[in-house]
Amino acid sequence: MLIRLLRTHLLRPYGRLLLGVLVLQLVGTLASLYLPSLNASIIDRGVLTGDTAFIWRTGKVMLAVSLLQIVCSAVATYLGARAAMGFGRDVRGAVFDRVLSFSARELNHFGAPSLITRTTNDVQQVQMLALLSSTVFVAAPITMVGGVVMALREDVVLSWLIIVAVPVLVVAIGLLIWRMRPLFRVVQTRIDAVNRVLREQITGIRVVRAFVREPFEAARFGEANAGLTATQTSVGRYQAALFPIVMLVLNVSSVAVLWFGAQRIDAGQMQIGALTAFLTYLVQILMSVMMATFLLMIAPRAAVCAERIGEVLGTESSVVPPVDGVRTTTVASRVRFEHVGFTYPGADSPVLHDVTFTAEPGRTTAIIGSTGSGKTTLVSLVPRLFDATAGTTEVDGVDVRRLEPEALWSRIGLVPQRAFLFSGTVASNLRYGRPDATDDELWAALRTAQAEDFVRAMPEQLEAPIAQGGTNVSGGQRQRLAIARALVKQPEVYVFDDAFSALDVATDARLRAALARETEGACVIIVGQRVATIRDADLIVVLEDGRVVGQGTHEELLNGCPTYAEIVDSQRSAAEVLA
Amino acid sequence: MSTGTPTPSSTPSSTPSSTPSSTSTSTPVAKAPERPKYAPQTRGGGPFGQRVQERSMSFVPSLRRLLGQLRPERGVLLAAVALTVVGIGMSVVGPRILGTATDIIVTGVTGGRSIDFRALGSTLLLALGLYVVSSLVLLLQGYLLNGAVQRSVRRLRDLVEAKIHRLPLSYFDRQTRGELLSRVTNDIDNVAQSLQQTLSQLLTSLLTVIGVTVMMFVVSPVLAIIALVTIPVALGVTTVIGKRAQRLFVAQWRSTGELNSHIEEAFTGQSLVKVFGRQREVEQVFAERNDAVYRASFGAQFVSGLIMPTMFFIGNLNYVVIAVVGGLRVATGTMSLGDVQAFIQYSRQFTQPLTQVASMANLLQSGVASAERVFEVLDAEEQTVDGTTVLPATVRGRVAFEDVSFSYAPETPLIEHLSLVAEPGQTIAVVGPTGAGKTTLVNLLMRFYDPRSGRILLDGVDVATVPRSVLRSEVGMVLQDTWLFHGTIHDNIAYGRPDASEPDILAAAEATYVDRFVRSLPDGYATVIDEEGSNVSAGERQLITIARAFLADPTLLILDEATSSVDTRTEVLVQQAMAALRSARTSFVIAHRLSTIRDADVILVMEAGAIVEQGSHAELLERRGAYWRLYEAQFAGAVE
Repeated sequence: MLIRLLRTHLLRPYGRLLLGVLVLQLVGTLASLYLPSLNASIIDRGVLTGDTAFIWRTGKVMLAVSLLQIVCSAVATYLGARAAMGFGRDVRGAVFDRVLSFSARELNHFGAPSLITRTTNDVQQVQMLALLSSTVFVAAPITMVGGVVMALREDVVLSWLIIVAVPVLVVAIGLLIWRMRPLFRVVQTRIDAVNRVLREQITGIRVVRAFVREPFEAARFGEANAGLTATQTSVGRYQAALFPIVMLVLNVSSVAVLWFGAQRIDAGQMQIGALTAFLTYLVQILMSVMMATFLLMIAPRAAVCAERIGEVLGTESSVVPPVDGVRTTTVASRVRFEHVGFTYPGADSPVLHDVTFTAEPGRTTAIIGSTGSGKTTLVSLVPRLFDATAGTTEVDGVDVRRLEPEALWSRIGLVPQRAFLFSGTVASNLRYGRPDATDDELWAALRTAQAEDFVRAMPEQLEAPIAQGGTNVSGGQRQRLAIARALVKQPEVYVFDDAFSALDVATDARLRAALARETEGACVIIVGQRVATIRDADLIVVLEDGRVVGQGTHEELLNGCPTYAEIVDSQRSAAEVLA
Repeated sequence: MSTGTPTPSSTPSSTPSSTPSSTSTSTPVAKAPERPKYAPQTRGGGPFGQRVQERSMSFVPSLRRLLGQLRPERGVLLAAVALTVVGIGMSVVGPRILGTATDIIVTGVTGGRSIDFRALGSTLLLALGLYVVSSLVLLLQGYLLNGAVQRSVRRLRDLVEAKIHRLPLSYFDRQTRGELLSRVTNDIDNVAQSLQQTLSQLLTSLLTVIGVTVMMFVVSPVLAIIALVTIPVALGVTTVIGKRAQRLFVAQWRSTGELNSHIEEAFTGQSLVKVFGRQREVEQVFAERNDAVYRASFGAQFVSGLIMPTMFFIGNLNYVVIAVVGGLRVATGTMSLGDVQAFIQYSRQFTQPLTQVASMANLLQSGVASAERVFEVLDAEEQTVDGTTVLPATVRGRVAFEDVSFSYAPETPLIEHLSLVAEPGQTIAVVGPTGAGKTTLVNLLMRFYDPRSGRILLDGVDVATVPRSVLRSEVGMVLQDTWLFHGTIHDNIAYGRPDASEPDILAAAEATYVDRFVRSLPDGYATVIDEEGSNVSAGERQLITIARAFLADPTLLILDEATSSVDTRTEVLVQQAMAALRSARTSFVIAHRLSTIRDADVILVMEAGAIVEQGSHAELLERRGAYWRLYEAQFAGAVE
């Protein structure tokens, strides 16, 4: 997956840049490899013969070569950084677009937090690998090959030392990394464990304190902390070993070069200058081997990240927009479910089974049932957050799957179960569905949603800042703002998914009364828990385990539907005691 | 949290850096009701409220304090430093000995006789021995330092964890959870990483620079001075480039933060983005910010990437000058070839650690910035010291609020002069609109907050004078926020009373209808509650929290919207269980659903921080006041 990701998003679009990097690094590396050879000739032809003019001349050449090298290096860094960062940007864009196209099914499968990590952190990891490979690691093989060639030029016979030293170094580092790799994974899970405990302690601080469980928490944390420390210590030991081992190989090789080189010099088969040059080349070769081996260390981590990114990019949305979608319809705002079923892939039992009913325009249709009865799934089918796995959902007489998504969405005002506000201001949130709404319209919607008072009480009123997710207002306020947001849109179909749950009863009642006036003519679908919230609905649909067990008005259901009667019973028992 | 460039020259950096799948991300949805409504954003960061993590205003003191964390490891550190001196000393002498070896060869060649292999052999053996020993010594040093760092980081983590339990609750309300979480997770990870990576290398590199400098002077003072000229040059170059890179990195972090917050928002509200037809705008904003990240990070990478080749160039420059000058000196006979060769090796060894120190500085800077953020948590004001008053041996459970006033923010008074009495065994219900201060009552009773004035008495003892843990162990609490920890259902119930026996736990589970759904789970009580709680519904989670309180068997019981996530039919069952739970103990019940509280002994109706009505259900209905209105609104529907 890592390779595929690099191929499609790095090599293909940025191939030219990378080619540039390659050429420049080649030139730069050759330049730096030429230096020891120049130095050798300074020794052999300048120093040993006392030719100062030659030393000066060659010195100037060395400086020029040096300059060439830095220029190549800098430009290569420029190109490499551009390619790698561009790669990161493109992958992020691809993942982001893909996630936006997902239906609620894929979203639930991955979970929003995981998708966020994949788009941000995982991409960053792979990008880092791309950066290092296109700047530093490109140079490593060039240096290695170049170094070998140059060393051979200096002395062929002595090259057997390279043949010995390189594998020794590779094996030594490789062995260390091979031992470390599984530990990296363990470290990660242990960091997760430590952070999880901390997160739990902070989110559950009231509970921890209420139950006086601080000692228990400290023990739980201590255990996680000790586990992490133990693993990290062993990883650290391997890392600590790395540097001395590399140095040892390098230094032992140098000693060997001098010993065996001396014998060849003694035999008159080699010059002293060549010996010095050979030494330098050997060091350069081993250094580049070391670099290349380090890539092995970063690669596994990046590979895991690439895998996770690949999963997202490889997932197609289960909700596919129609090729030539219907834009306009003749029938006005009617929502019809026909033998609708929904089963999660791989699940045994369906969430929804053979649901049939019609929500008429100008009427209020309520859906009631216990938690887990499939209410939210059912209403999510209307804006195509899911697609039904059986039967059809129709809006305005057209299968939603044949409607142009924009046309479909423009008709629907959704208030989700979890009221979510976007960072910005009250006004920017209210205008989310209709950017051109006037301030008066916003206030009108706030009035209906029983949110006018608290917005007026804020110093900045409509321009009051809203934190991401709406965390700086209370749950009830959040819910009312979400309702106002849907009202501003003035849609034909309203979907209130348990949207009144955080409101106290009085506010709930006032809100519903105001809402009734505001949504006249629209098709209103309310998912609710409280009987009071839904009893006045024109049609009440009772769901139980994903099946419709009754539909009709409140009175009809009281007599005809035991489940409904039970629900009502459970809520009015208090009242009846007194009646 | 990436810390800029992992300098490729440095040792194999990167233990897997922080922010794995679960740590970062997801602003936890704050559910705590009645938290200060309109708290100002804690950190600047403009309309998007993302955190900008740069500013290391007091670098030196923070660094000193960070190093202070290592104090308990003094002995180990001292040994490590000694080992480093020995190891570096040995490896630094190495080139000099190799130089002597070269001279032996040169003498042999130029003298026309054959090389003195015996002398050469013993010289090289000496070098070999030094190298081997120095490697071993440095290996040992690495081991020691690693252990010291890991233990110190562990202590730091423990400190932070312990601190969490000493912070007043207002601290958690003031700060966004994401922000605090980020400090205790990401920032600590970052501190750990930079300590781990910098400490050993900084030590080695610095000592190498010193050692090499000394050796260069020993070999040839003239060449050494030439070589030393490169130090200011190198330092100048790295600070100039480094400063600019630092600025760009800050920009990179900032734009990455902006991008990430947009991604987070777009993904969390994805369905809204679609249904409200905002996909295009969201994509556009993303593209803009994504591009900003690209530009900033590309600049940062490029500029910081220049350090390496520049240092390389300086190294080469040095090399050329030494070769030339050294060559001239050999030619004039003032220096031996072996010395020149040794010198060349030294100059190589010289620039490399310098580069490393420069790049470590970057990493260290980021680590210190994180450490500062952790220290801010450690320095935060703690809750007041516990009193020492003891409660009576058997607490009967009489609770009295005497003229209590309280507000979260001084400028907006919440509760003013409130008094109430709960007799032992009574059930006190608190109703009223959102924001009336119902949960605040609980916060005060539990001493999550302390009143500004007035007293709260438990059996006649001022709770402010009793150790918090003593007070709290008398109280059982069920909250709307169904917090469970990552563990089995069994362990989560047992959380209420760690010394509970198995039958106790089972009995609690049965009484609260937890047993019913647990039996249908494949793993039963061993089912692990996972992070998102996806295997257990919200209602079921709430039942578990009720079982937890049930097991705790407290004198005082607080139910704050305890059944809000349970559907009404299950609620009837739970009500029965809770009725049993409430009997013979003082209970405070806060509820939206009035059905929950109709049989309470006393019902308090709160509005705007004051009790406007109190009495039994029947009395209050008769009075046709605030309670009656609430009641009508709720039950008008259900009763024909």
